[in-house]
Amino acid sequence: MSTTLILIQILNGLQLGVILFLIAAGLTLVFGVMGFINLAHGVQYMLGAYLAVALYGLTGSFLAALVLALPLALLLGLVLEFLVFRHLYDRDHLSQVLATFGVILFLNQLMKVIFGPASLSVPPPAFLDFSFTLVDGLLYPAYRVALIVAGLLVAVGLWLVITRTRVGMLIRAGATNPDMVSALGVNVRRLFLVVFGFGAMLAGFAGVMAAPIFSVEPGMGDNLLIVAFVVIIIGGAGSIRGAFVAALLVGLVDTLGRTLVTDGLRLIMDPSSANQIGPAIASMLIYVLMALVLFWRPEGLFAAKVSR
Amino acid sequence: MSEVVLELKGLSKAFGALVVTDRVDLDLRRGECHALIGPNGAGKSTLIHQISGLLKPDAGRIAFEGRDVTGLSQAERAVAGLGRSFQITSILPEFTVLDNVALAAQMRAGSSMRFFARADREEPLNRAAQEALNRVGLGDRAGIVAGELAYGEKRLVELAIAIAGKPRALLLDEPMAGMGRAESESLTETLLELKAQYPMLLIEHDMEAVFRLADRVSVLVAGAIVASGTPDEVRADPKARAAYLGDDHIEGAA
Amino acid sequence: MTSQADPQATTASPRAPLVIAGLLFAVLAAIPLLSELWGGAWLTSLAVRAMILAIVAISLDLLMGHGGMVSFGHSAFVAIGAYACGIMLTEGVYEMALILPVAIAAAGLFALASGAICLRTSGVSFIMITLAFGQMVYFALGSLAQYGADDGLTLWSGPDFLGTRWLNSDMGVYITVFAVLLGTWALVHRIVQSRFGRVLRAARQNPTRVASMGYSVFRYRLTAYVIAGIIAAIAGVLWATHAAFVSPSLGAWQRSGDLIVMVVLGGMATRNGALVGALFFILIEETLSAITHDWRLIFGPLLVLIALYARGGLVGLLDRIRGPA
Repeated sequence: MSTTLILIQILNGLQLGVILFLIAAGLTLVFGVMGFINLAHGVQYMLGAYLAVALYGLTGSFLAALVLALPLALLLGLVLEFLVFRHLYDRDHLSQVLATFGVILFLNQLMKVIFGPASLSVPPPAFLDFSFTLVDGLLYPAYRVALIVAGLLVAVGLWLVITRTRVGMLIRAGATNPDMVSALGVNVRRLFLVVFGFGAMLAGFAGVMAAPIFSVEPGMGDNLLIVAFVVIIIGGAGSIRGAFVAALLVGLVDTLGRTLVTDGLRLIMDPSSANQIGPAIASMLIYVLMALVLFWRPEGLFAAKVSR
Repeated sequence: MSEVVLELKGLSKAFGALVVTDRVDLDLRRGECHALIGPNGAGKSTLIHQISGLLKPDAGRIAFEGRDVTGLSQAERAVAGLGRSFQITSILPEFTVLDNVALAAQMRAGSSMRFFARADREEPLNRAAQEALNRVGLGDRAGIVAGELAYGEKRLVELAIAIAGKPRALLLDEPMAGMGRAESESLTETLLELKAQYPMLLIEHDMEAVFRLADRVSVLVAGAIVASGTPDEVRADPKARAAYLGDDHIEGAA
Repeated sequence: MTSQADPQATTASPRAPLVIAGLLFAVLAAIPLLSELWGGAWLTSLAVRAMILAIVAISLDLLMGHGGMVSFGHSAFVAIGAYACGIMLTEGVYEMALILPVAIAAAGLFALASGAICLRTSGVSFIMITLAFGQMVYFALGSLAQYGADDGLTLWSGPDFLGTRWLNSDMGVYITVFAVLLGTWALVHRIVQSRFGRVLRAARQNPTRVASMGYSVFRYRLTAYVIAGIIAAIAGVLWATHAAFVSPSLGAWQRSGDLIVMVVLGGMATRNGALVGALFFILIEETLSAITHDWRLIFGPLLVLIALYARGGLVGLLDRIRGPA
């Protein structure tokens, strides 16, 4: 395999990792701070992508769509919190699973009704709609690089919020020791609302950013949600830093694995068998990774909770 | 001097920098009640957890009836005959009181890998459970769902579970914790009766109970044993009096 | 006050669950006759699917409801059973008396190995690690190029049953699936009430206490995991026999999610919860989708409402309608 191909795969891996991070960031806080299993978080990513489609249709501008989509994604998140999720915080995990599963069914179908079952897409903004020469003879789309950069910027911003602000301090405290936060007299419900809306907005942002490169279709968030759960388990529930590291790790392992595993197997077996088994093993890699982490470090790589 | 049932040698445990068990040597003899007292946070429960196998010590050995049990799991130690009660009530809240205790009896009644016959209709198990309940004075509460019992009654279920497992020694972690005076006195009577049958390692804050029950008393402070002897010796020991915050209690119970 | 009490411990009206189960099984038994009048093969096929899922749901309830082990990879065992059947049929082994033991052994061994690892964790970690193993099975099955890979495997002939063509007739399959469902329903109930089940149920409430009584909680949980996996694999064999088609999607995480939803929907750790949940799930899916193509717009909010307001699931709801306990 050529180094250029590996370079491309690394970029693709980072790109997946960044999107995973944006989804996992909200998910890990909601799970870490509130102990709430929100299966519907992937739906919020899908809503972001559909908002991008709709708003692009209205405004004809990707940037306008992005700017308008963020508050709307936040609003939709808050509406869901108000209607469904807030009634489930003090319930067992399985009630949460049942209810949020219902939300997934409803919203996936609703998107199908409104936008049709076909997959849609949004063109990237004009000023990023070009490719540049990465190395000799190899073009890479500028938008995808911009996506990676935007994701990294959000990660830095999020890190600043979490480490430098009062809300961030409360969130960290909440992830470590929820009882203490309420003992401090903080309005926990309001903190939950903030975390929830924020997480929904980040997932929506991921959806908008993904709209030009992935196909926008009902159920697009479901598989990504499962991978995002893998990310937060590997990273450690409630840890933004863990989510970031694990998201990039999962993105890279998954993307690089798809080419490297098959190539590697070719060295030890005949090509047709390698082509057959390679993709299966590659798809398993992130789950094997998660199983190993759970086995050796059940609290994840960067556990937020104090171990008791 | 009678036979040593349980023996700790150099038992040590630390959580990070905090030493909770500091080279503890301790033994328990057949027919005696050995009380372990000490201020809150002295590491008494942690010590019981290590003896029962809930926590692993960092160093040291635990021998039970001459056999090294340090490497055994919690379940294996219970099978070997170490029965225990928990300081924070630890029962099966959804089961009836009888089922709670019958499950403990089931452990001594052949394999539990039986999949077809209804366990709650096994008369020998129910009889053994009822007997244990009678002994702790809960005979008339057998049919109640355990989670619905009053607090003091739950404490007694703890004890009934421990004795229904036919232990060869009892580790009792503050059996009277949170009980009213009358309840404590009645439990003390019960334990006095049980003492003849089961060697007891007793952690208790109720000094009146301790001095009525104990044949020997050891004082644990900051994970280490600072004094040990008969109740009278310990009561007179200046180190015990100085170290133990419940100085007044010791005096008061005299 | 019995809302949180173990259903096995409080037998306020022990008859009611039997009446409900009796009615459900009577309806299921009557469906082949009903289908002569209305619905035809569609109705029996629907009922067979519902019954197979009910078998799996009951086995999952043994884990989830009674054992406190929420497996998010249970459909992998269905897929293992189905593929054991599919592969043997493709390779020319048609005798069910050979297929079934192989399926059971495969699922049992996989349950033993994966369960031993999964059970080192608990809570949400357990949910996720079972998901991981489920996904591994899913992708592994998708890589079997000689057996259809991702597209699945069409089975051109059904299995023989002790040399007869019993399982090649719709009625034979129906009666077999019905019998296995009835057997599973009765068996799991017996297991739950047995010595083993008592340890398992106790360990869900308070594993530390159960360990301190002298039981190795791990051994009992692992045994339950293997039993549940084997039952699910038997259902998988039935599925392959009925559908004459197997594909990796049988083991997809969405199917595992559906199963969890069925059990919670019906009511965990109750006599009929998993059975009711699975039948209701399929029934609602079919009736709603007959009314509107967009039936999920109704089903989704329905699940939310049940989660919010029907604690104890449908069976709990029934209990409360019949009168406060």
